[in-house]
Amino acid sequence: MQESIPETNDKPAFASATFVAFVKQDCPTCVLAMPVLRRIEDLAGRYGGTLEVHVQDDVSFAVGFSHASDDTALATSYHYNIDTVPTLIRLAGGQEEARVVGWRRSEWQAITGIPGLGDGLPEYRPGCGSKTMDPGMPARLKVKYGNTGLASRRIAVPPLSDPVETCYERGWTDGLPVVPPAEERVLEMLDGTARAPQEIIGRIPPNFAECTVEKVAINAVMAGCRPEYMPVVLTAIEAALTPAFGLHGVLATTNACTPVIMVNGPIARTLGMNAKGNVFGQGNRANAAIGRTLQLVVRNVGGGRPGEIDRSVFGSPAKYSFCFAEDEDDPRWDSFAVSLGYSPKASTVTIFPGDGITQIIDHISRQPDDLCRSFAGCIRAIYRTGHIIGVQAFLAIAREHAIVFYEAGWSKARVRDELLSLLRIPVREVVSGRAGLMGLTAEEKSDPDNLVPKFKNGTFNIIRAGGYAGKYSAIIPSIGGRGSIEPVTREIR
Amino acid sequence: MPENILLDPTAETAAVMQPRLARSQSIAGKTIGLLDIAKMRGDEFLNRLDELLTARGYTVKRYRKRHFTHLAPIELKQQIKSECDLVVEGLAD
Repeated sequence: MQESIPETNDKPAFASATFVAFVKQDCPTCVLAMPVLRRIEDLAGRYGGTLEVHVQDDVSFAVGFSHASDDTALATSYHYNIDTVPTLIRLAGGQEEARVVGWRRSEWQAITGIPGLGDGLPEYRPGCGSKTMDPGMPARLKVKYGNTGLASRRIAVPPLSDPVETCYERGWTDGLPVVPPAEERVLEMLDGTARAPQEIIGRIPPNFAECTVEKVAINAVMAGCRPEYMPVVLTAIEAALTPAFGLHGVLATTNACTPVIMVNGPIARTLGMNAKGNVFGQGNRANAAIGRTLQLVVRNVGGGRPGEIDRSVFGSPAKYSFCFAEDEDDPRWDSFAVSLGYSPKASTVTIFPGDGITQIIDHISRQPDDLCRSFAGCIRAIYRTGHIIGVQAFLAIAREHAIVFYEAGWSKARVRDELLSLLRIPVREVVSGRAGLMGLTAEEKSDPDNLVPKFKNGTFNIIRAGGYAGKYSAIIPSIGGRGSIEPVTREIR
Repeated sequence: MPENILLDPTAETAAVMQPRLARSQSIAGKTIGLLDIAKMRGDEFLNRLDELLTARGYTVKRYRKRHFTHLAPIELKQQIKSECDLVVEGLAD
C-alpha cells in the first residue's frame, strides 16, 4: 500500500534531480526498498525530478513505476558499474553526483534529501550481489559492452563449425583438444596477473616472435590453465627465454629433450600442484596445464612445430607437458631453491631440459653407500656408458630412498659428492670419434686409466619428488652443459 | 560462453585466410578422380571429361556422392585422396 504524502515540509532537497535505481526481485533488500523507491518517485515527480528503476531479473518487479526498465541484458548496470543491488544514484546534469548501495536509512535520506524516508524500516540491511557480478559475467559484459583492450586478431569460427575443430584446423593444438580461446576466457585469464596485456615478455624461438602477456593468456586458456596459474606460467616462460637455457636448441635438437618446469615454494601448495605420487604423470590440472602452456606458446607464438624446426628423432610424451612441484615437506634437506639461496618463503620456477624419466628401483639397499652405487650405475648409462660430453641430469629421489640418507645423517650435498665421485669414467671407456676423444684435455687422454667425470660439462642436481610407498628414484636425463643448455631458476613475483 | 570469435594464439605472421592447396602445374602421369555430386546433368559433363581424358591416356576414376545436399562422407574423401592425385567435381544444373 502506498503511503500518503504529506503536503508540507516534505519537499526533497534534490527535488528536480534524476535518480537511477538498480534492483532485482531476487534480493530481499530490494524488496524492502521498493516502497521507498515509490515514495521517491512520487515526491520527486511532484517537484520535477524523475526516478528510473532498472530491474536486473524480472521487470514486473517494478510494475507501476513511470520509468521502469528491463535490464536483464545488464547494459545499463554495466554502464553504471553496479556491483550491489539495490543501488541508488543521483544525477546532476547527466553526471553522477552521489550513490548509495544496499539499504542504510540515513544514507538514503541524505542522497534524496527526503526527511523521514524509510522510517519504520530497519536502519541497515546489506544489499545483494548485482547480476553483473555473477560468475563469468564481468568478462562477458566487458566483451559485449566495453573495450577489452585486447590486441590479438579475431578469428571467426565458420558457421556450424565446432570451435574445437577450428583450433585443430588452424594448427593451434598439440594433438589434444584445446579450450577455444574466446575473448571472455582470455580476459578472465588476464585477471590472474597484474601485468599489462601488451607487455612483451620476450621473443619466442624459433621465429623469435614477440610474445605479449596477452598471447600467453590465450595459450594458457587453450592449455586448460586457471587464472591463478598465470604468475607461474609467465615466470616459466621468462626463465625459458633466458639465454643460458637455450630454448631454441632444446626445441630444434634431434634429441628428445623438452623444457621441464619445476616449481618450489608456497605457490606450489597454493595451486595444488603435485609433488608426490605420480608426480610426473597425469591427473593434476596445474602440473598439466602450466607445462602445456609453455609448449603451446613455443608452437603457436614461436612457430616451433615437430617436423619443421623441431627435429627430434623420437620426441617424448614429456613434450605435451612436463611440470611438477618439488616435495619440500621433509625439512631434513633443503629444497632445490633454498639450496640456491632463495628463501623458503620465496616461490620459484626452475626450468631445465629433460627427455622424460628413467626409474631406479632398489628395494634392497639400506645403506647410503650401497644406494649411491645403485644410483651411479643407472646414471652412468645415460645416453651410453661412455658418454661424457653434453649430458646432464636431475636425480629425483623419492621418500623411501631419501629416508636411507636421512637416517644415516647424509646431507644432500654429500649424496651428490658421493655420486659424482662414483661417476668417473675410465678414459679407455670413452668412445673415440674420428676427431679423437672430444672434450678431453691432453693430460686426461695421456693414460687410458685416467678417470673423467660423467658430467664433464653438464650439471647434475638432486631433488625430491614422488610417492611415499616404494624404494624408487628417477633420473631426468638431458643434453646440455655449462655454456649451452643450463638450468635456470627465477623467482615468481 | 560464446565461442564464435576466437583470439589468435599465434604471432600473426600468417594470413587469416588459409591458402588453398596449390593447383597442380601439370596433369601428366596423374590419376584423376571425377566426383559426381549427384546434381542433375553433372554426369554429362563428367562423362565427356572422362572420354577426353581417357582418350589421352590418363587414368580416370569415378566417384559419386549420395546426394548433392549432403557433404561427402569422410570415407569417400579418404578413398579419393588415397587413390587420386587430382579431383574434378561436376557442379551442374
